[in-house]
Amino acid sequence: MISGLLGKKLGMTQIFKDGKCYAVTVVAAGPCKVLQVKKSDGKDGYNAIQLGFEDKKVKSCAKSEIGHAKKHADSAPKSFVREVDWDGKDDIKAGQEITLSVLEKVKYIDVIGTKKGKGFQGVVKRHNFKGGPTTHGQSDRLRAPGSIGASSYPSRVHKGMRMPGQMGNCRGTVRNLEILDIDLGQNIIAINGSVPGAQNGYVILRKSVINK
Amino acid sequence: MQVPEPERDFVKLECNFLFIQLILSFTQYCDLVQGQGDLLMNLKLDAYAQKYMKKNIPHFEIGDNVDVILKIVEGDKERKQTFNGTVIAISGSGINYMFTVRRIVGGEGVERTFPIHSPKLVTVRVRKRGKIRRAKLYYLRDRVGKGTKLKEKIWLAQDARVSAELSEAAAKEFDSKAEPKAETKK
Repeated sequence: MISGLLGKKLGMTQIFKDGKCYAVTVVAAGPCKVLQVKKSDGKDGYNAIQLGFEDKKVKSCAKSEIGHAKKHADSAPKSFVREVDWDGKDDIKAGQEITLSVLEKVKYIDVIGTKKGKGFQGVVKRHNFKGGPTTHGQSDRLRAPGSIGASSYPSRVHKGMRMPGQMGNCRGTVRNLEILDIDLGQNIIAINGSVPGAQNGYVILRKSVINK
Repeated sequence: MQVPEPERDFVKLECNFLFIQLILSFTQYCDLVQGQGDLLMNLKLDAYAQKYMKKNIPHFEIGDNVDVILKIVEGDKERKQTFNGTVIAISGSGINYMFTVRRIVGGEGVERTFPIHSPKLVTVRVRKRGKIRRAKLYYLRDRVGKGTKLKEKIWLAQDARVSAELSEAAAKEFDSKAEPKAETKK
């Protein structure tokens, strides 16, 4: 059994189901090509399947990418290549196409993508700090982080102290999203709620880890 | 030899005109190329949303006095309820199309907003048309009594017929979709 699939976020819209209106994210998922099969009893030492989604222009590929796609799967190079978990039980070969039917009987999924980049942000936006008071003679304290620790002991700032820095443009996961609709003909899936990333961003759809 | 004054001006003018045209066409081209990715993607999204949209949509405009017919489920029973009022706002397009209807019940203003593609909305019937000069009639909220009434617009018989046909078609579509459910209950 393959635990996931690769796709591309198309955007958000709303659909009606059972008399209710849901805000959904529409993702174009699959068909993905199996570029490589990794087995626990083989060279790699673990079970996984490497999937490739959407063809990449040969012009903009490194030779290694072209070679890798050709070696096992004899396919064109792919622009989004990721590994997904696999229990090693089904007979899957490199070069095979994986479609949305993998997720047909699944109710909940986790979606992994690259979050929208927000740049260098302060603690109020980045960590939801309250900021300082605006009145009672305060100045320059409105969006300041406050104290970051004690003085002579420990004489340093503790690790993991939340501070300003780069926000977004990193990998993000949203767990436990309900699948509301799957269109096998058009390779389109509608997921309840929002998903990390901008429109046209690549996402990994994985069977829910918590809610099986 | 110098070109006479007026002719030179004319040449200048024409040159300017051509230049502007060139820029315009170039910017249009840029827009097209840049927007293409988005356009294609939105088309896909719209095509998907089409699945949940109704084929027959009743036609009404802002300021119209309408009957909104809704399906209401109480326990096992289904019945149809009518909400009558004035359309004060229309927003969104495609599957996000929503409209707001306002009426006065016992001296208190009541507003309800409906998605037109909602599976609970049977149809909308236009009773009267209103003469309006605004796209959103929020000013009606500040008015009481006689002030809440809009001037009636005279309606061509043909338009009225078309409107009635459209709302009938919407009702029919609703019934045709509801039938299979009733059969499964038996």
